[in-house]
Amino acid sequence: MWSLSPAEIDIVLLSLKVAACCVLVLLLPAIGMAWLLARKHFWGHALLDALVHLPMVLPPVVLGYMLLVLLGRRGWIGSWLYEQFHIQLTFHWWGAVIASAVMAFPLMVRAIRQALMQVNPLLEQAAQTLGATPIKTFFSITLPLSYHGVLTGGILAFSRSLGEFGATITFAGNLEGETRTLPLAIYSLTQSPEGDAAALRLVMLSVLVSVFALLASQWLEHRLLRSQR
Amino acid sequence: MFTVDIRIQQPYAASTTFDLQASFALAPGQCLGIMGASGSGKTTLLHSIAGLLMPSSGVIRSGDHVWFDHKQAIQLPPWQRRVGLVFQDGRLFPHMSVEQNLRYGMPTGMARIVLPEVVDVLAIQSLLKRKPSQLSGGEKQRVAIGRALLRQPSVLLMDEPLSGLDDRLKQQVLPYIKQVIATFGLPTLYVSHVGDEVAEVADEVLTLAQGVLRQAK
Repeated sequence: MWSLSPAEIDIVLLSLKVAACCVLVLLLPAIGMAWLLARKHFWGHALLDALVHLPMVLPPVVLGYMLLVLLGRRGWIGSWLYEQFHIQLTFHWWGAVIASAVMAFPLMVRAIRQALMQVNPLLEQAAQTLGATPIKTFFSITLPLSYHGVLTGGILAFSRSLGEFGATITFAGNLEGETRTLPLAIYSLTQSPEGDAAALRLVMLSVLVSVFALLASQWLEHRLLRSQR
Repeated sequence: MFTVDIRIQQPYAASTTFDLQASFALAPGQCLGIMGASGSGKTTLLHSIAGLLMPSSGVIRSGDHVWFDHKQAIQLPPWQRRVGLVFQDGRLFPHMSVEQNLRYGMPTGMARIVLPEVVDVLAIQSLLKRKPSQLSGGEKQRVAIGRALLRQPSVLLMDEPLSGLDDRLKQQVLPYIKQVIATFGLPTLYVSHVGDEVAEVADEVLTLAQGVLRQAK
């Protein structure tokens, strides 16, 4: 009952790969967007803020469909990607990465933005009087002092990606060995009369992986804060 | 010679304008004290010299280098001005050790003011491995002074460096400030709202009131 089949191990590994890539893909854009929203005041700030948070309130299937229209093989950008570079994101695990990245983006931006807002701008001012350019100031003062937010954002994005279902199934499909991540596999198993035991195993595994990710994040955050004291 | 001849005008409160005029020159090793009440514009003046604020008009010059010239539209950003600014609250970087803080603004290459000398003059050798959170108020200010010195500044600006300290700590830190001015021979601008403190450190004292600098009586 409790031993995993090779196919189930592959599902777990695929889910972890998709979640890890999702975090890596999001890291730079999320830091950039968080900085923009936290530190800059410009016309359209509120609109941009709302757009960033849209995935949190829209049904995931709607976002999956929008991605399909945009990045699908016949989509506005997707058709160009396919014609120019033979890149097809649908039915490919990278599609699952993009779907979960879109869903996780606001979570990561929020966490990093909160942390950035807690950094004392007077410290950045002091750095500039000590010869640091704005870029050096950002990487030597602002970012290190908001690492806990980046870490929290990364873990939230990782966990969100592990649990992502609606946008992934709509955009990337439910292809065994390619885009069938844990939630999709559980869904597929619940549709099969013989799949109850396997579904339960994967559910337990999902819970285990998520709890482990959260504990790891707490441990890392604790270590980081202690090293900064 | 470090020269400042600027005017700072800023909207202030509902319909009033903050207006400050400052004109002075500092020779190497000279310490000019500026005394003024809270809100008189002391910090605004120092921040304008450091490039954190833009004056409305005038010129700031360090030797042959023009830092600010309104007519010629020259406005060097803070990181291009060789200024050592010591803030009221020290503003040490909390995630760095004392040594990392000290080294932060050090330019690469030959330096006139070197780390061992600064550490020696300010007696902070035993603090180098500590984090700012492990320092007392007086120790923090000594490190902040050291950090500003290691920037190899053309001018040292001290913005009420003792204001956050109690009298006992003030008496501990004050000799270090005098020692720094005497040892490194930098043109120094020392501002504070405490007259006695300014008089003890500075060669000459000006008062700042109603936006005008005047010779102290």
